[in-house]
Amino acid sequence: MKKYRSMVLISSGESSKSKGSDAVVDAFHQAIEKYDLGAEVCVTTIPDSSSVKNQPLVIVYPEAVAYGPVLEENVDFLVSEHLYKGRVAEALRVSDPFEMKRISWLLQRTGTMPAENRIVLEYVGVIDPTSINDFLTHDGGQAFAAAVEMKPQKIIDIIKKSGLRGRGGAGFPTGVKWQAVRDAPGDKKYIICNADESEPGTFKDRVILEGNPFSMIEAMLIAGYACGADEGYIYIRGEYLDALEKISNALRAAREFGGLGKNILNTGFNFDIHVHSGAGAYICGEETALLESIEGKRGEPRPKPPYPTTRGLWGKPTLINNVETLGNIPPIIHNGADWFRAQGTPSSPGTKVYTILGNVNKTGLMEVPMGITLREVIGIYGKGMKSGTFKFAQTGGSSGSIIPAILQDTPMDFDSYRNVGVALGSGALLICDDSNCIVDCVRVLMRFFKVESCGKCVPCRIGTEQALDIMTAISEGRGTMEHLAQLEWLSHGMEEFSNCGLGQTAGSPIKNMLDHFRAEVEAHIKLGVCPAGVCSMGK
Amino acid sequence: MTSTTQPIDPLYNPKLRPIIDKIIEDNIDLDGGLMVVLNNLQSKIGFLSAPMQEYVAECLSIPVSKVHGVVSFYSFFTTVPRGKHVIKFCIGTACYVGGITQMVDKAKQMLGIEPGQTTSDGMITLEVCRCVGACSQAPVVVVDEVNNGRMKPAKFTKVIEKVLNDEAAA
Repeated sequence: MKKYRSMVLISSGESSKSKGSDAVVDAFHQAIEKYDLGAEVCVTTIPDSSSVKNQPLVIVYPEAVAYGPVLEENVDFLVSEHLYKGRVAEALRVSDPFEMKRISWLLQRTGTMPAENRIVLEYVGVIDPTSINDFLTHDGGQAFAAAVEMKPQKIIDIIKKSGLRGRGGAGFPTGVKWQAVRDAPGDKKYIICNADESEPGTFKDRVILEGNPFSMIEAMLIAGYACGADEGYIYIRGEYLDALEKISNALRAAREFGGLGKNILNTGFNFDIHVHSGAGAYICGEETALLESIEGKRGEPRPKPPYPTTRGLWGKPTLINNVETLGNIPPIIHNGADWFRAQGTPSSPGTKVYTILGNVNKTGLMEVPMGITLREVIGIYGKGMKSGTFKFAQTGGSSGSIIPAILQDTPMDFDSYRNVGVALGSGALLICDDSNCIVDCVRVLMRFFKVESCGKCVPCRIGTEQALDIMTAISEGRGTMEHLAQLEWLSHGMEEFSNCGLGQTAGSPIKNMLDHFRAEVEAHIKLGVCPAGVCSMGK
Repeated sequence: MTSTTQPIDPLYNPKLRPIIDKIIEDNIDLDGGLMVVLNNLQSKIGFLSAPMQEYVAECLSIPVSKVHGVVSFYSFFTTVPRGKHVIKFCIGTACYVGGITQMVDKAKQMLGIEPGQTTSDGMITLEVCRCVGACSQAPVVVVDEVNNGRMKPAKFTKVIEKVLNDEAAA
């Protein structure tokens, strides 16, 4: 294993790229060549931190000094001072104490923002995602090593005991799913990592894949060993080119290391992983549509049952888990079920990764224990509303719910939300202030569902189309009170009779709108005005 | 099926034909290889013409209807060539709330085309796309696969002007 004296991490996510991080990376390589430090210094890129002001951010280990924003022209100075002469370049160092807090989890490798607690994201942005060695020196692979020493059933018992629930949105107990695949008859079984993160507003899985791709491989190995599978697929969204490159590179490195293939690290366990790239269809995040897509067909969901746990890919028992769910597996095996249970709420232990967006002062990614409230999210992580007052939040991309202001003190976990008739979704939190109109928002959601409906089953195909027509009519001032009864009927019909999750959840924004914002909708119909001043009302 | 506007179909273009054959040959034995073939053809050739779809169907021994079914299902696949530069507007919820419709209107006004259309000189195609997963940067306009975040109408005008100027200079 090659050892380096110093390691340079440069943030290179979407936000940093727009500020020229690519040029900074190039300049670093040139400067390191100039000072002949190539053998001693390793330069690599990491996802963005939450400190937007300091991007592109450069972190130098082992001193753990953060510099930012670093421009192309600063690089030569920085390399000569810090890496060549060994002096911290104070002039470029991140000095603002508040900004420092936003990145200090990187430096201390523990959460410092109130309540922020990183399990899945622990090493994202801390380790070099292109280096298997860096992964291994940060506890990487230890969970797999512990797992192969156990009986497969023991692993499943640990996952069950931990109470981990699927993080893709449905919240199904992960251990129960694993058990079903293990108990399904058949010699050939598959493990699939669902990285087709298509919910608008969600990008947590992208950051996990880009920041720590090896952890995904480790989790799939553990799942394969526990369920008795020897082949896996990572279904990755076609739009995520960077993540695709990182994961392909990680698979190659793991294979060379002997961590994939036949007789992995002399344990007698065989497992290999393929990558399948999606081609732009929201519905392929639905597990059976995803299976169809891997088989090279139109991504139309299959009727359930049979569930994929008994008849999945090519008709074989298949385990399908979301990226974030899998990301929880190695820490649980490593630290035990009791450690995991100590976080979050009793019915939904652990943490949840959210993306916080919309009319707040700070947007971005965060990982917090289950059970914090929307008010805390907006106040602490969003740094308050940018303008106006909080009106509603849209959770989980599109197939979540609309959370009105009166529910902002409800703990955010699967059961508490279900009890008040809303859903947690996949982790996007779109915060909207009072300049947004509920009718306009629901109309846009319906347009999304209409476009993305695969058209296989009637309730969803026609239901979404009709719902969009009615919402458009209301927003153009042509709405009638009868429309509201029709909407209620449509949303109920879609929920009850649709084949898959898309149609079943397409009606929930309508339901939330009618439950909590009926007065505003009726103002559109009876008074012919849009209280927020967004809808055209036919003018 | 729609006919193509290309003078010579890629299938009969002596430069492109070997690329097509190679892609098909590499994946012919792969389980579920159709998606892989189409994905590769789309990225290497740029679009999937009717003759190309028929050819793929013949080589993989599956009905043309099935190939076309897959092509028309996924939004990545196009059956007509795109312009040299593609400007995509993310219409995910975060970008919508962030005001992406103003950018679409601006582009329509500057280029005189609707999303889904290409300028008459074949230079710029406007498209609306699904959430690109850069929502903290909303609203996002993707120019030739590069995300431009936190767009404002004035800033966006400069982006379009840059594309046009670079093209005029080249």
